[in-house]
Order: sequence, then structure tokens, then C-alpha cells
Amino acid sequence: MSRLASTFAEFKQSGHKALIPFITAGDPSREFTVPMMHAMVEAGADIIELGVPFSDPMADGPVIQRASERALAHKMSLRHTLEVVSEFRSSNQNTPVVLMGYANPIEAMGYENFAQAAENAGVDGVLTVDLPPEEASECATLLKAHNIDQIFLLAPNSNIDRIKKMDALGSGFLYYVSVKGVTGAGHLDTGDVKRKLTDIRANTQLPVGIGFGIKDAETAKVIANLGDAVVVGSALISKIEENLDSPEQAKQEITELLKSMRLAMDSQG
Amino acid sequence: MTETTNSYDMPDERGHFGPYGGLFIAETLIPAVEELDEAYQKYMTDPEFMAELDKDFQHYVGRPSPLYHAERWTRELGGAQIYLKREDLNHTGAHKINNTIGQILLAKRMGKKRIIAETGAGQHGVATATVCARLGLECVVYMGAVDVVRQKLNVYRMQLLGAKVVAVESGSKTLKDALNEAIRDWVTNVDTTFYIIGTAAGPAPYPAMVRDFQSIIGREAKQQCLAQAGKLPDALLACIGGGSNAIGLFYPFIDDADVRMIGVEAAGDGIETGRHSAPLCAGRPGILHGNRTYLMEGDDGEIIETHSISAGLDYPGVGPEHAWLKDIGRAEYVSITDDEAVEGFHALTKMEGIIPALESSHAMAYTLKLAPTMKQDEILIVNLSGRGDKDMHTMAEREGIKI
Ligand SMILES: Cc1ncc(COP(=O)(O)O)c(C=O)c1O
Repeated sequence: MSRLASTFAEFKQSGHKALIPFITAGDPSREFTVPMMHAMVEAGADIIELGVPFSDPMADGPVIQRASERALAHKMSLRHTLEVVSEFRSSNQNTPVVLMGYANPIEAMGYENFAQAAENAGVDGVLTVDLPPEEASECATLLKAHNIDQIFLLAPNSNIDRIKKMDALGSGFLYYVSVKGVTGAGHLDTGDVKRKLTDIRANTQLPVGIGFGIKDAETAKVIANLGDAVVVGSALISKIEENLDSPEQAKQEITELLKSMRLAMDSQG
Repeated sequence: MTETTNSYDMPDERGHFGPYGGLFIAETLIPAVEELDEAYQKYMTDPEFMAELDKDFQHYVGRPSPLYHAERWTRELGGAQIYLKREDLNHTGAHKINNTIGQILLAKRMGKKRIIAETGAGQHGVATATVCARLGLECVVYMGAVDVVRQKLNVYRMQLLGAKVVAVESGSKTLKDALNEAIRDWVTNVDTTFYIIGTAAGPAPYPAMVRDFQSIIGREAKQQCLAQAGKLPDALLACIGGGSNAIGLFYPFIDDADVRMIGVEAAGDGIETGRHSAPLCAGRPGILHGNRTYLMEGDDGEIIETHSISAGLDYPGVGPEHAWLKDIGRAEYVSITDDEAVEGFHALTKMEGIIPALESSHAMAYTLKLAPTMKQDEILIVNLSGRGDKDMHTMAEREGIKI
């Protein structure tokens, strides 16, 4: 069983909802990322999603676009992101790490090379925004052979057929994008999320993470009641951006926000 | 709309041209491209739709565009008989309108009320704003901030036509970033919005659909050449940004194996300097903007900044069908530098009294090289994809003239 699968299996037993913070590797500096990952785990993160910087982040809003630009400015890359994961793994063997990014850096490295390198580094899941099931079978098969889960995104307008397709090809968990839009976008309607989750649950046994538009503890709590995991990204990265002259301050604000989310998600009622 | 495709039948049913093309997009856009593909499949064989398209081509665009025998230039170069396919004479001044006229008819039938587009030189933006004005549809055009400056005449034209022009400040602030921003808009407004992509690239079905609308160029050229010269041409020449004017000219000739097809990419400051926009000549396959194709990228798969004097060619990718035609050896791809393009610009202007767009000037510049190597009884058709009015500023500035 993959580290993601066993993590979710354990949470299912205990009724624990996973908190998944997202930051971009190498933002604002390469040195920042690994200590930040450890601090997020301490603050209550169960799984870490690490953005792989890319020059053309088509599915991202301004906040994550700028994170990518800051990371690329000092030549952060997929290779360096894998090094970051290795370094994190040297003192944490339990917390699953999921890479999120775009197809071209993986294509450039070669799918087989990437799968091998990612396994060596201790990556548990890969989520590629522009690799829908139509084009993903080669990648998913190679990743599976290296014990890595391919995670697919489901959207508000994905029909039942597509949910089934992703259930068949994906593993680890499914990621439900709660709004039509780019990362960090507008307002999520929890009523809509609830209705969609009914369709999703009816067609997959995979755990469901929910993300896009979750900015505060209150929303995290509501969403945790609907899904198995809550993903928060732009709200954290905004803290980095607001404190570019003081990474320590950014780290502190990020951990505080995560702690408040953790607390809200764990409280009853 | 297809004809003479006896053996060549790309793409496959999932939009692949061999390993190229495909559907590399975010999940939210899948329903949108599926809906579009359905409409495209349905209407391209619908006689009523095709009749409306033909009527618009004739009375609104001004088709057929002439195939003009450039006799003076032919004599001067002393080789092949040079024929210019006059897409510059279309309404709005370039081939781009062939595609926007087609896509807007689809949008209308699909009930979409909001249109978005990306633009580089501004020609596609103008062509989109034009058809939107005609149908009274909301139009938003994304344009890199760098291009907004170098093509300001077209920005004003779009605004006059009622379009909202959004200057894109991210990344390299050129065409690729305009595409990124248009895709972000599309993801956000997917239910109401139709995205008119301006070249034969993007996710399936765009590359094939844009080709089909643009292939009016090649179908006319073939008939006109047979009527005027009594035989097929020996070679076809067209500039390549994303590749829509080129594939439009080439496609109806693909099964005519004796007709050479040559695409001209922008070499910018020179291929060896790295400052160019020639992915087919100097790039490698990768994935961007919904399709797998040749790209200009760094070692780690990051897209690198391109350069060309012409905003319409300043793009790191190319339509996937050209990638395939290159690999199977059916078409050849060459490149022309900024300086050479300027030479081509002046050559056509002085010899024939026709001022070409800087994009098209790349094909003109290669004509200067190719025509003299061909025999006098051979025919070379060069696609004059657009007129040069929009480039007066760039040219004047380059030559130190204040206007
Ligand atoms: C006149 C003209 N020719 C050519 C191009 C390049 O596009 P494509 O390669 O799709 O024909 C442009 C793009 O803006 C253009 O305006």
C-alpha cells in the first residue's frame, strides 16, 4: 500500500480529516522550503503538497503565479524540487508528499526517469494539472510501477463518466476543485460542493480532497465535514508574499493559520 | 470542407497527429472542448452552416483573394514564377479573419454570448473584435503588454470595434502569456464563454478546426493556379507563428507529393544567439497550451523567452500538425532573421508596390533565397498572409524615422 493510501486508511478509521497545505518549492528561497515543510507538519499538516515551479502556470491565479516566478528567478526546477523532498524525507518518513505542477517539466525529464527519481526522493503522489485521464495512462502506469499515486483533479462540471474514469486510473485520492476558476479564485459555495460530493462518493471509494478557495479556519471546518481532506494554498502563499523581507515572519504566520484550521477542523459541532 | 485527403487523414479521433496534438488541459475545460468538438463535427458537414460560411467569405471577407503573378519580382529574381496569395486583401488585412468568421458562426450556433481571444500582432484580436461587433457579442482580447506597445494601432482598432483589450503583465508579456491569461479566463467563465484561438494550436479540436477554416486559402490557390498556369505549383511558402496561414495553404496540397511545402520560422537575432522564435528549427517536443508539439524550452522544461521583430511570430510553440509534417518529412522548415525579414519587406514593397506585414515578410525574405534556385518554368506560391499597415511604427522606429 502506498504511503498516501495507508495514511487515508488510518484516518478513515479514526475519523480524522487531513489538512494539506500547498506551497511552491523554492519560494521565496530554496532554503526556506524544507524547514517550512517540517513546521507545517508540526502545526497539524497531514500531507504536504509541493508546487513545482513552471514558467506558464495556466491554471493558477496571481498569487501562485508570482510564487512560481519568485522560485524560477533563482532557477528552481523539478530536479531541485525532488532534492527538497529528499532532504525533507531524511528526517520525516511518515508525512506523504504530493507534487503538483504541469506536464512539461516531467516530459522534459522523461516519464520513466521522473518516476524513478521521484520514488528515490520519497514522493508519494503526483498531480499534473494539464494531464487529464485522456493523456495520462502512460504516466500513471509508470508512476504506479514506482509506488507513486497519480492524483486527478475533478471539477464542478465533471460528469459521472469522468468521475468513473478517474476512479479507474487514479489512486491515493481524488482532488475536487471546488470552483470553476484558477487557484486562489473567488468564493466557494459549500452547498454546491455538498451536492457534487454526493455524485463523487457514489462513483468512487477513493478519498476526496477539496481545494481552491479555502482561505480561513471557518471554511476549512465546513469543507472538512464534506470531504476527507482540505487543501489550502494561496492563503498560505500570500503570507510569504506579504513578508518577503522576513521569511521568519512568513513562517510564523503560515503555521498560525494552519493551527487555527487544524483546531477548527478537529472541533465538534 | 475537406478534399483531396485521399491518404492523409490526420488527426486521429482524439486529436493526435502522431505523438503531437492531443488534449493537455485542466479538467474544468474538458466539458468545454467536448461541447466544441461536437459542434465542430456536426456543423462542418452541415450544408446550411457551410453555405452561411461561404456567403460570409464572399461578401464580408472579400473572397476569393487573388492569386497574383508577381511578374516584376519574378524577372528581378530570375528563377521561379512567383505567385502571391493575397490574404492581405481580406477584410481586416490578414488571413486571421478566415478563422474568426468560422469560429464565431460556431459560437452563435452554440449560444455563446461572450467571446475571448489572445493576440500577438493584434491581427487576430482585430479579426475577432470585428466579427463580434458584427454579431453584437461581448469581446475580451488578451494581449501581452510588450505587444500592446509595439502594435498600438491595432489596440486602438480593437477598442473602436468595442472590444476590451487586457494588457497581460505576467511572464514575458508577449503572445504566450496572452494565451495563458485567456486560458485562465476560459476556466473561470467556461459556461458562457467561447474562446476563439487564433492559430492552428491549442487543445483538440482547435488545431484541426482552425486548419479547416483556413484551408480555404489552399483550396482557392490550387484552383487559381490550375486556371492561370495550367498546372499545380512546385513549391508553397508561408511564414509560421502558430502555423495557421501555412497549414491553410498547405493542407489541400498534402496528397500532391510533388508540391514542396516550406514553412518559414522567425530566427530573430539569429538561431545561434538563442534569441529567436523557431521551435521547429531549433526546439524539441514538449507540452504547452493544450498540445504536444515542438517548443522552445530550457533543460528543465521551462518555456524560454522568444524574440522576433514580428509580434505575430513571437511564440515558443507551433501548431502540432507542423510538428508531424516535419517528422514525416512532408514539409520543410527554415528560418529567417529580423534583418532578412526587413529586407524581404522592402523588396516586395519596392518591386510590386505591396507592403507586407512583418510576419509575411519572413516568407518574402525566403522567396529572395529560394526563387533564384528554381527553374523559370517552375511555380512558387508565397502566402502573403497580411498587409503591413500595422507595422509602420516598428519599421519607422527601426530606421530612425519619426512619424
Ligand atoms: C499577418 C500575419 N501573418 C502570420 C501570422 C502568424 O500566425 P500563423 O502562423 O498562425 O499564420 C500572424 C499572426 O498574428 C499575422 O498577423
